[in-house]
Amino acid sequence: MEFLVLVTDAVRSTLVDVLPILAVILFFQLVVIRRPLPNLRRMLQGTAYVLLGLALFLVGLEEALFPLGELMARQLTDPAFLHGVTHREGMALGWSDYYWVYLFGLLLGFSAAIAEPALIAVAIKAEVVSGGTINPWGLRIAVALGVGAGIALGTFRIVTGTPLHWYIIAAYVVVLAQTVFAPRAIIPLAYDSGGVSTSTVTVPLVTALGLGLAGTVPGRSVIIDGFGLIAFAVLFPIMTVMGYAQLGRWRARRAQR
Amino acid sequence: MKSPLDGLGKSLLDSVRDLLPILLVIGFFQLVVLQQPIPQLGRLVAGTLLVVAGLTLFVRGLEMGLFPIGEALAHAFARKGSLFWLLAFAFALGFGTTVAEPALIAVAGKAAEAAAEAGLIAREAAAMERYAGGLCLAVALSVGVAIVLGVIRILKGWPLHWLIVGGYAGVVIMTAFAPPEIVGIAYDSGGVTTSTITVPLVTALGVGLASSIRGRNPMVDGFGLIAFASLTPMIFVMAYGMVI
Repeated sequence: MEFLVLVTDAVRSTLVDVLPILAVILFFQLVVIRRPLPNLRRMLQGTAYVLLGLALFLVGLEEALFPLGELMARQLTDPAFLHGVTHREGMALGWSDYYWVYLFGLLLGFSAAIAEPALIAVAIKAEVVSGGTINPWGLRIAVALGVGAGIALGTFRIVTGTPLHWYIIAAYVVVLAQTVFAPRAIIPLAYDSGGVSTSTVTVPLVTALGLGLAGTVPGRSVIIDGFGLIAFAVLFPIMTVMGYAQLGRWRARRAQR
Repeated sequence: MKSPLDGLGKSLLDSVRDLLPILLVIGFFQLVVLQQPIPQLGRLVAGTLLVVAGLTLFVRGLEMGLFPIGEALAHAFARKGSLFWLLAFAFALGFGTTVAEPALIAVAGKAAEAAAEAGLIAREAAAMERYAGGLCLAVALSVGVAIVLGVIRILKGWPLHWLIVGGYAGVVIMTAFAPPEIVGIAYDSGGVTTSTITVPLVTALGVGLASSIRGRNPMVDGFGLIAFASLTPMIFVMAYGMVI
């Protein structure tokens, strides 16, 4: 019964969120295009599935994964836990004492990206558009590796307190260099995959990790250092997706020889 | 027409496989690293079942609803041939989907706190609310502009990487001048704007446009709209931080 209330609430709030999109589409459809859409009934049915599915997905995340994920982010960054791990009571923690946090960032980033519905959508589309040359699982794993590596490096940055923009600028340089060498056809998809991987699942979990970490590491401000993890999660998949395409081309060339 | 139940078992299995990694990660850290019991196991199981059901429905609806809608609109605009209406639609879609995005509203609230902390604005509820509202508007405008730019690029067939490289240069230059308190939030705002409904719709629009215009390749020209939508918010948010 309690779940039923939660689900109806979630359906209502999802509807409110998509209302602007529906209004835009309806306006242009009715006022500008003024032509009936093909398969209208099926489209409406599909849209209803999407809304209901997203609502259930969000309720489930908020009931199950988010509270636990946030609790764990707090516990892992707690100095008491970190001292317990390193057995050095009363001593200041160095950056290397946070290894569980980095590992958690890596694995959380990877697994959250695999569960991200927007990434599933783009992988399906990419397979269709590329005529099957892009394997959706290969793409999703490449993106997820990028998100995981990005979050791990981002947590390292929060622990060390080094300025965010140096990391971002260095990452831009790598992206530019890869753009020169990567196969042309993958570049737009690679650039897209950064924005795609940071949606419903990743953003809340990663934000909780960043704010928790910035709140417990001495000398960090939650407000200034707590942000920036998402930026890592946007940039690193661009590199790994281009890398994935470069690897594929290299293996194809080697097989030809 | 396919029955809605066709292949349901396989879709459910796919969803379970998509969610397995995150369950394993959370289970491993809770039980092995933190060595604590999982609180409210029943709630976790029930929640996970909802997530699996939701993901299955979402993926099914995607191919029936969101993708065809995005493509049908792209084809309709291409047939109509009116550049003005196409660009107006692109802007409305980008602006409309972002301005009410809950993740953005949450981040804007945090940004207002950061600005108040740094002394950029007065530490009053009214000033912070105005700041957050302005920030949401700036990001929504930036996403509208991004989709318009991206659509023009598809029409003209410009190579994406030059535009993105230019955008990166803009971000780097702005970083040097923007107040440091806003930089982290600005960088994050790019990832926050692209929601789960917007991404499939915008991707289908781009691919649909590229495939209905002669001489465009959907792979090379169709993707790239999301890339713009995650780049322009950084520039607009830093500009907002400089102006206010």
